Amino acid sequence: MSFWTFIAKRLAILLPTLFFVSVLIFSLQHMLPGDPAIALAGEEKDPEAVEEIRKKYNLDKPIPVQYGLWIGKVLTGDLGISYRTQIEVSELILTKLPITLQLATGSMIVALLIGIPAGIISAARRGKLSDGISNFVALSFISVPHFWLGIMLILVFSVHLRWFPASGYVPLSDDIWRSIVSLVLPWVVLGTGVAGVMMRHTRGALLQTLGADYVRTARAKGLTEKVVVFKHALRNALVPVITLGAIEFGHLLSGAVLTEQIFSIPGFGKLIVDGILNRDYAVVQGVVIVSAALYILLNLMADIFYFLANPRMRG
Amino acid sequence: MTAAAVPANTASGSATPAKGHSRALRRFLQRRASVIALLVVIAFIIIALAAPWLAPYDPIATDFGNVRKPPSDQYLLGTDEVGRDLLSRLIYGARASLLAGVIPVTISLMFSIPLGLLSGYAGGWVDSVIMRFTDAMLAIPFLIIAIALAAFLGPSLTNAMIAIGVAALPTFLRLARGTVMAIRTEDYIEAARAVGNNHQRIVLRHILPNMLPPLLIQGSITMAAAIIAEASLSFLGLGQQPPSPSWGSMLNAAQRYLPTAPWIAMFPGLMIFTVVFSLNILGDGLRDALDPKSQ
Amino acid sequence: MNWKKLFLSAIAASMFAGGVAHAQSTLRIGLNDDPDGIDPTLSRSYSVRLVFAAVCDKLFDITSDVKIVPQLATGFTWAKDGLSVTIKLRPNVKFHDGEPLNAEAVRYNIDRSLNMKGSFRRVEISAVKSVDVIDNLTVRLNLSEPSSPLIAAFTDRAGMMISPKAGKELGEKFGTRPVCAGPFKFVERMAQGRIVFERFKDYWDKGNVHFDRVMFTPITDSTVRMSALRSGELDIIERVSPSDLGQLRSDSRVRVASVPELGYQVIRYNVGNGPRSKLLGEDPRVREAIEAAIDRETLVKVVFNNEYIAGNQWVHPKNYYYNSALPVPKRDVAKARALLARAGKSGFTFNLIVPPERDRQEAAQVIQSMLAEAGITMNIVAQENVTMLTAGTKGDFDAYFTFWSGRPDPDGNIFAHFACKSRQNDPGYCNEEFTQLVTKARQVAAPAERKKLYDQATELLLRDRPVLMLWHRNIYTGHNAKIRGFTPYPDGIIRVKGLRAS
Repeated sequence: MSFWTFIAKRLAILLPTLFFVSVLIFSLQHMLPGDPAIALAGEEKDPEAVEEIRKKYNLDKPIPVQYGLWIGKVLTGDLGISYRTQIEVSELILTKLPITLQLATGSMIVALLIGIPAGIISAARRGKLSDGISNFVALSFISVPHFWLGIMLILVFSVHLRWFPASGYVPLSDDIWRSIVSLVLPWVVLGTGVAGVMMRHTRGALLQTLGADYVRTARAKGLTEKVVVFKHALRNALVPVITLGAIEFGHLLSGAVLTEQIFSIPGFGKLIVDGILNRDYAVVQGVVIVSAALYILLNLMADIFYFLANPRMRG
Repeated sequence: MTAAAVPANTASGSATPAKGHSRALRRFLQRRASVIALLVVIAFIIIALAAPWLAPYDPIATDFGNVRKPPSDQYLLGTDEVGRDLLSRLIYGARASLLAGVIPVTISLMFSIPLGLLSGYAGGWVDSVIMRFTDAMLAIPFLIIAIALAAFLGPSLTNAMIAIGVAALPTFLRLARGTVMAIRTEDYIEAARAVGNNHQRIVLRHILPNMLPPLLIQGSITMAAAIIAEASLSFLGLGQQPPSPSWGSMLNAAQRYLPTAPWIAMFPGLMIFTVVFSLNILGDGLRDALDPKSQ
Repeated sequence: MNWKKLFLSAIAASMFAGGVAHAQSTLRIGLNDDPDGIDPTLSRSYSVRLVFAAVCDKLFDITSDVKIVPQLATGFTWAKDGLSVTIKLRPNVKFHDGEPLNAEAVRYNIDRSLNMKGSFRRVEISAVKSVDVIDNLTVRLNLSEPSSPLIAAFTDRAGMMISPKAGKELGEKFGTRPVCAGPFKFVERMAQGRIVFERFKDYWDKGNVHFDRVMFTPITDSTVRMSALRSGELDIIERVSPSDLGQLRSDSRVRVASVPELGYQVIRYNVGNGPRSKLLGEDPRVREAIEAAIDRETLVKVVFNNEYIAGNQWVHPKNYYYNSALPVPKRDVAKARALLARAGKSGFTFNLIVPPERDRQEAAQVIQSMLAEAGITMNIVAQENVTMLTAGTKGDFDAYFTFWSGRPDPDGNIFAHFACKSRQNDPGYCNEEFTQLVTKARQVAAPAERKKLYDQATELLLRDRPVLMLWHRNIYTGHNAKIRGFTPYPDGIIRVKGLRAS
């Protein structure tokens, strides 16, 4: 298969996947108990207002009809408005997309910069002290809850040292440098967590390939350990690491709720969770669809890496 | 690579099962770290089972005169936000938290192995359908899927664990399928096929042992996420209800007292770390022991 | 650039950032949660009311001791029969778009509150039948029945005047770009992030505005909100959690102000809302036993470090309308057990729905433990807010744990909650005598007369116990020591007017 047919084939699956996502998120939302009209009316509970809201947002119609009305609009490019803030969902997404990408990309860079080298060192020196330390640090990163690390960093670096702000995300468009400063702590919190995962998988995959026959052959040929690790083992070891990298990146895009909450970063994660808790259906659906599309494109990139890393997988 | 590699592989594969097991066991026992990790895990299981005999206090008994007190002679690890003994709650909390860590991961492993094999080995439309669904699930935040499923199944600790397991499944599945696809095209598989091995034999002898290690790693990592996720679901009323303790819920409740009463968060955090750490080391040990190629 | 250099410049940059903010004289306020739409008619969240204080002036305001004072109006006079009220408007008031605030504008706004689809204000001013424009600065509201709480409603969102021109143009999207007559005008809103306003040059009271900009940032985590105040990133934070007070008080850079809230924290029983009311509704002795088993003082001490106020009525004990003949009862476990035995309900079990929120979760566990000593098993059922609200409306509960944010007029704390078949009466409580008393209290104007009626109503309410009122929050507001002129208001809303930085 040529490279371009491969790409075309992968792109063709974008639509069916998005269709799956739209059905899935719609059904998941309707699995939740609680009446969205009552959610909107809140404590005041004016029955007249509740009925008007139900009508206005088509909540009185059967669920498949609601889905049809919504997806029909989505196909024309209309994602609807937030029931709670009356802001257009498309506007919400456009303002949050750069924030989310900035948060996720920065964290991913931290993760890759720490995780992959640590994994390589650990595997190459398996059983030695540096392996032990790497494992210890990686597993600490994995088991420390984000809120704990976040609050500790804030107490140390914002309240006592005053190096980084505790909150208050600054958009890139305001000031590039201040924007970066405002994201350092969240990048560390999210990045280290993912770094732990990457490290464990890099180490595991390398150990596996280092034991493989062709690597032994390479060693038998008298190649140095460095060449063996980097030229022969690493390329094959990257398969699970790439898979995990894409998945973790996807999680960073829409699932970084706790960190977004601690550092008051208005990203996708908090938007989705607040939307769910307020039953703000249009927001949740719109954001999930867009983050899904992003995620699928990411996977396409992962697939391209596979394709390049391992030519035999082209079948 | 070289043809000489093939006989080497089939040779280790054709060892009698009994002999293979004892050799794996020996390899496992040779690693001190794995043995210690195993002992720690066993100790935790014993603590969970023997909680009523080990805990100095009733884990839900409140002492309103001693609220958020630091460790002392009376309360060895201090008291929590409503004056309960932290040590007793940690001991009892081991029950819910160990289950919350292990059951979802077991569910994910149980389903991801056959489905990943099917998807990666068979390919074609089976692979397409499984993968489109996996991608769709991966595209929706983990916690949202878990919350919706738990709400759908009805609030209980068991259902929360099932929901977490299902929500974590897609990551395992993608990982399983990716490794299967990579291994499938390795030379020794081609060679094994060429010398007339059937699919079943190829899968069992060659693919399965190679796809397990990344899944074991992912499993031991997911354990930490699952313990925390249990607490999030319980907080929303979809799992275990207060005052029953779990490490994750204890940690959550401690959040607002982090600056003033840090010990409330520290001890459950340490427990989670110790369990996750031990299980990871244990996973490594298992991987090494089962890997026929490692010596 | 080496690592160390990069790091140092990062520090410099973050310090520089702080300096710039002060040079622009921006007042930075940290909110407890993300406000909903900034539309007085459609909004319902509490935190949006703090935002409104910067952007939308109201016909009337309350003072820090809950007296009604004019704001955009200059005064009002009731007709003798109480069936109409005439409101005089302040001259020369402009909206942010330059449109004049006049009688027509007031009529437009009241129409909007009454008729807009999904309006949450309708119930607050439903007594208004029609609005007459008398002259450019005078309106008369004609009522269907006398309503003494009406003016108080105009001290909140129903009294906020929006520009009719902008209202017509933006329709239901007004809340995304509000145009009012407040001291600051809207600049931008980053959804779930900061909301920025700048000084309105033609404001009618501009002499009292001392900041160029106001910026609201929602920070959900109370510890982080506190940290941002201590680190100087924020000037004011609202709803400080009692668990954070110790640290704020020991920090010389900040000050804490407090005032008791207008509302109350409450467990609502199901006493008459559908079949599930049988358990707790049948025998009042069961509810009496629950109350006897609870020690409110200890509850407030354990969960809130004594920073909140134990209470048993729909206003806090120091409020004018508190019935002092009925003080907070002491705990009496023996009495609780005896009552249960007499009711034949010893060792009975009920479920309490608790929203996923720390204050209430902790309080519920303390109560659970207290009730256990009286042989009552209370299961805690956590349910997120929407599920709980729905269950409450439908009667699918034994009891649920909620609060009422409170209104300046006593009517707002009692009528809709407890009068027969009223809209917030989830317990399904109905006592004709009580309903008559609170209905009558709506029709008389003199506070002393109203208090007599409310005292009687409170007596009935506390005897019938459809709900269990437990405590009142103190509203703690933290601010930078450099901020001058801060006065806490019992509605918790920060009046940005009059604040200055020294």
